[in-house]
Amino acid sequence: MFGFGYALIPLYPVVCGVLGINQTGVDDRPVNTQVDSSRLVTVEFDTNVHNMAWTFKPLAGHLSVHPGELVQVMFEVTNTRDVPVTGQAIPSYGPPLAAEHFRKLECFCFNKQTLAPGERRQMPVVFVVDSALPKEIATITLSYTFFEVEGNRRAESSSGSAHNVKEGV
Amino acid sequence: MNTATTTVNGHSAGHEGHGHHPAGLMRWITTTNHKDIGSMYLWFSFAMFLVGGCMALTIRSELFQPGLQLVRPEFFNQLTTLHGLIMVFGAIMPAFVGFANWMLPLQIGASDMAFGRMNNLSFWLLPPAALLLVTSMFVPGGAAAAGWTLYPPLTIQQGMGMDMAIFALHILGFSSIMGSINIITTIFNLRAPGMTLMKMPLFCWTWLVTAFLVIAVMPVLAGAVTMTLTDRHFGTSFFSAAGGGDPVLFQHIFWFFGHPEVYIVIIPGFGVVSQVISTFSRKPLFGYASMVYAVAAIGILSFTVWAHHMYTVGMPVTAQLYFMYATMFIAVPTGVKIFNWTATMWRGSLSFETPMLFAIGFIFLFTVGGFSGLVLAMVVVDVQMQDTYYVVAHFHYTMVAGALFSAFAGAYYWLPKWTGHMYNEKLGQVHFWLSFIFFNMTFFVQHFLGIAGMPRRIPDYALQFTDFNQISTIGAFGFGLSQLLFLYNIITCIKGGPKAPAKPWEGAEGLEWDVPSPAPYHTWEVQPVVK
Repeated sequence: MFGFGYALIPLYPVVCGVLGINQTGVDDRPVNTQVDSSRLVTVEFDTNVHNMAWTFKPLAGHLSVHPGELVQVMFEVTNTRDVPVTGQAIPSYGPPLAAEHFRKLECFCFNKQTLAPGERRQMPVVFVVDSALPKEIATITLSYTFFEVEGNRRAESSSGSAHNVKEGV
Repeated sequence: MNTATTTVNGHSAGHEGHGHHPAGLMRWITTTNHKDIGSMYLWFSFAMFLVGGCMALTIRSELFQPGLQLVRPEFFNQLTTLHGLIMVFGAIMPAFVGFANWMLPLQIGASDMAFGRMNNLSFWLLPPAALLLVTSMFVPGGAAAAGWTLYPPLTIQQGMGMDMAIFALHILGFSSIMGSINIITTIFNLRAPGMTLMKMPLFCWTWLVTAFLVIAVMPVLAGAVTMTLTDRHFGTSFFSAAGGGDPVLFQHIFWFFGHPEVYIVIIPGFGVVSQVISTFSRKPLFGYASMVYAVAAIGILSFTVWAHHMYTVGMPVTAQLYFMYATMFIAVPTGVKIFNWTATMWRGSLSFETPMLFAIGFIFLFTVGGFSGLVLAMVVVDVQMQDTYYVVAHFHYTMVAGALFSAFAGAYYWLPKWTGHMYNEKLGQVHFWLSFIFFNMTFFVQHFLGIAGMPRRIPDYALQFTDFNQISTIGAFGFGLSQLLFLYNIITCIKGGPKAPAKPWEGAEGLEWDVPSPAPYHTWEVQPVVK
């Protein structure tokens, strides 16, 4: 049995291998069964600012996602003025039908964003494209427009509503 | 079971006066007599019980209040480690080997153990091992402080106290393996004519199973600590992650030894309790055969459940589920034993002498320990409870209220046979009640501490644990001091007291009651015939 004690050293890996129970270190995170890997949808990002001295751009212009897949993308915004400015982003979708199948879990557009003078900020959007998205839609365009929030300066005329703006979420 | 008619052992008493063995100190050093060796085992284990007990009281004193009062944290760790090692290997195991030495030959009608000189050696290996453990506290770096489970990487990092502990474990292992070889050989070869295996008293059966467990797993422990030793000094990397070894592998090997070890500690106690319950119920043991099978089943199953001690080391769910169900399955044969003891008492003609009190206390409290063990067997609960005082409470219910109480029961039960005098019954009952009350005071509250999240092996604790810790500490001192009554009772029983008849207990059965009290130096030189 003394030798058996030593034999256990090589024996344990063998037994674990044979029985297939040596899973430590193996990725055992749960698999998302809601992902429809048979489809790929292209998501394009469009960014605009409405009468603001901000620059606003996505880090990636477009990407392909499976419906049901959880995706995070980043946007970058910079305040080029020398005073703090508060803005609010309004999303819109093309085609408009895609809006109800585009689920945002986290978005900078949920809140007002206040940027210090010259501040550059990277902001995430986490979304899932619903697998109930109609088959004929292969490309979704997500467009954000930043409006300055009233307070620092008087609001412009309501020309923003000329866009087909649909409130997100 | 043991309705033995015996060819009267008439001339055995006459041998007592024969001076063919050395007197004085040399008698004890050179003795091959199973009764001498049994007595030495019992005294040794009681001495170690007091040493380990003093360590426990130091631990409890430190834990009387939050913050650090009496000892440094390093020393506290050494105390918890040595307390565990000394109580398991120095107190409980030798106590039951002492019982085996004294009672096995008497119970199966043998004149002595099979290997007298090996028996002598297996006892005399114990004092040096104990000396190594105790003196390791005074070497640079202090004693081993990694807990009695000796987990790496701590064991690989510590000073020479760890080497002394490893060497002590080697010696203790040699001793208990030799003792077990002796017991197995004695039982298989030296039984009296007609004493078939299934007629043996249950104490013999439990020791037979235990001896096989010892032979199977003590070498595994020896291997594990030897690997630790070579990792420390000879450049191997069995458990040293720096060299590609795996510290978790030590835990697997250790608990492959460690789980059978906890049954090694408790199973002989099952045997003692079985006989005591039967005697004081004045009934044969209920379900003798099922008791034998249950003990054997517990012994075999004990090899299949080791990883329930280490659910949180990183194990696939499949393995956790297997070990959980296997562990719970052991409750079945254990339950058989508990129900059989209860059924033995059912409608028995009970009397409550001290051995019976300790045996009934054992059944109550061991069952509590068994249930908390089932709680800990559940993976989801254990992830929360592991390394808390709940675990401490659990295993003290099995080790103290289980193994130690059954040893007390056995000691009171056979004291008249050993000494020829009756012990002080009133004092014995006081000893029981004080032990019972103070034991629960010490350990029951630790369940609450554990559930509330107090970690074990830490000298300090958060303020809200203070009340229960103070109750526990007071209980521990009460329990410790109560044991001095036991010592006093034994000494007075050896020195004098009412003369004990050959069979002091009305309901007792078995060959050991056919020899006079005190048992003469040589017994069963002519083997009895059991019908």
